[in-house]
Amino acid sequence: MSALATAVRAATAETEQIGEPWVNIAIFSGFVLVTLVIVFRASRNNKTAADYYAAGRSFTGPQNGTAIAGDYLSAASFLGICGAIAINGYDGFLYSIGFLVAWLVALLLVAELLRNTGRFTMADVLSFRLKERPVRMAAALATLTVVFFYLLAQMAGAGGLVALLLGVTGTQAQGLVIAVVGALMILYVLIGGMKGTTWVQIIKAVLLILGAAVMTLWVLSKYGFNFSDLLQGAVDAAGEGGEALLGPGKQYGATSMSQLNFLSLALALVLGTAGLPHVLMRFYTVPSAKEARRSVVWAIWLIGIFYLFTLVLGYGAGALVGPEKIAAAPGGVNSAAPLLAYELGGTILLGIISAVAFATILAVVAGLTITAATSFAHDIYANVIKRGEVKPDGEVRVARITVVAIGILAIIGGVFANGQNVAFLVALAFAVAASANLPTILYSLFWKRFNTSGALWSMYGGLISCLVLITFSPVVSGKVDPKTGASLSMIKDTSVDFHLIPLENPGLITIPLAFLLGILGTYLSKEKPHPEKFAEMEVRSLTGAGAEKAVVHS
Amino acid sequence: MTDTFESPRETDYQRVQRSDEFQALRSRFRRFVFPMTALFLVWYFVYVLLADYAHDFMSTKVWGNITVGLLFGLGQFVSTFVITMVYARWANNRQDPVAERLRRHIEDGALEGGEAL
Repeated sequence: MSALATAVRAATAETEQIGEPWVNIAIFSGFVLVTLVIVFRASRNNKTAADYYAAGRSFTGPQNGTAIAGDYLSAASFLGICGAIAINGYDGFLYSIGFLVAWLVALLLVAELLRNTGRFTMADVLSFRLKERPVRMAAALATLTVVFFYLLAQMAGAGGLVALLLGVTGTQAQGLVIAVVGALMILYVLIGGMKGTTWVQIIKAVLLILGAAVMTLWVLSKYGFNFSDLLQGAVDAAGEGGEALLGPGKQYGATSMSQLNFLSLALALVLGTAGLPHVLMRFYTVPSAKEARRSVVWAIWLIGIFYLFTLVLGYGAGALVGPEKIAAAPGGVNSAAPLLAYELGGTILLGIISAVAFATILAVVAGLTITAATSFAHDIYANVIKRGEVKPDGEVRVARITVVAIGILAIIGGVFANGQNVAFLVALAFAVAASANLPTILYSLFWKRFNTSGALWSMYGGLISCLVLITFSPVVSGKVDPKTGASLSMIKDTSVDFHLIPLENPGLITIPLAFLLGILGTYLSKEKPHPEKFAEMEVRSLTGAGAEKAVVHS
Repeated sequence: MTDTFESPRETDYQRVQRSDEFQALRSRFRRFVFPMTALFLVWYFVYVLLADYAHDFMSTKVWGNITVGLLFGLGQFVSTFVITMVYARWANNRQDPVAERLRRHIEDGALEGGEAL
């Protein structure tokens, strides 16, 4: 082990090596071992589709709430927000607020009603009173698109993390690590199904929140638990112009266009969460709507408290490590939290935080994969292709095959996207979720007149407009750093420039558009309304009558 | 409770839907969640717009290095936690008993011979 560490350190001699890679690897291996044992134990009761997709609906509210936090607090949340606050100060904090407030939409309007009317996927709810096959197809395509963008961002992020935490810098070696992460994830989801995935997320959430809590107290204790003094430390460390860290505008205030971009992002964040398929699916893992409500309450507390920790950690990294050192580190902005851990607790704390960050990627990727597999097997295969004429174990077999296929796709995507600027993909996933999914979910739950054509207009309109606007936006081509002349877009060749719209996040246009298309499509169609189906849906959604029950294993 | 009037084309769910008890449950639900949603969305966007366009105001220091923007941001956390607790309390105490009674009523026989169950 130490020979390997020496070799790795020799290979990365030019960049300053922090910590001992083998400590990070050892702690991470411990996590993998423990979770694998739990996944194997949890998988013994995986018999039916309800077991595989929804963990037999047997998790309690607090357990599911913790798993939701584990699913939601991705590496982007932890590393990304800490880094953004360390470098840009207040503007990094703005992100976390949108991510948190969004949960109120899920709590008040979506979680319980969805739990009462659906079985496994978002499409179950949407096709309840609309024409089943076209609506299911559209919902499944939107689900797969959101999951694909989210997955790619996580896998590409894994490459950067590897560079920092394990000292692996070669492209091939990083690719190998991405493949290992992907293979592990396939193993978890294949064997454990939703139950195994949920336990991985619970363990990871507890580790992540505890780790962040310890670091937060540690940072605060260095400043006599005076937050104002900590801010002063960050201002001093930033040197000239450091005062800008304390107020908004450092990142988004540059031009009127960047202000508009921020507004668009804020809209996508607050409306996106309640349309994220992997979040929605978690509501089916509890026995009742009341437990779904408890899950969201737990999730809001855990996520909110965690974001408060990141505020301290971000400014703490700025003060104790310094923005210059963070920007120069191998992982760039994402390295703020690990560097802070090293500064505080040396090799061991760095190892723990690194392992937690890895576990985060693993757990989020597993949650995304089972969502995509369920949507494909349950919506597209069983209901659209086979028209519901399929044995339940046949459906689960297709889901398992899909897991492997998606895992391989994620590995390939991750290897290719490694080093690419893909941070916008998560924001894009939120924009697609808010445009393609949320309007239809809300209309179908609350609007009696809503019909199939309204749903199709809204979902396809939201989905396609998002994809088109992104393709012709500066994130794909034509964004040039005015100082260095280097490209900041996905296409690195600065001579290729086909961007037409200056907006970087499409939400500001596509979300209102999708809501509008839902209304237009509904009124322009001659489809006969089904008051009896709406009555059933409304009564069931509010009372829980006829809702799917927990699976009881004798 | 449910109306005894029966029209030949009316389903059991429609009968429950028309009942006074369900209508009261439904309108109480909507009267709570719609204004609450409007409230937190307006408060969120006031905050976002201030952070986006009123930099000087948000950077004003209140105490030490604590700025107006920081207090507003923490205010978003506080309001989110408060709305979560208020809603959960309200739903547990006011809505759940009624929903539960209706659910039992429907599942224990009102829909006997009815569809979809």
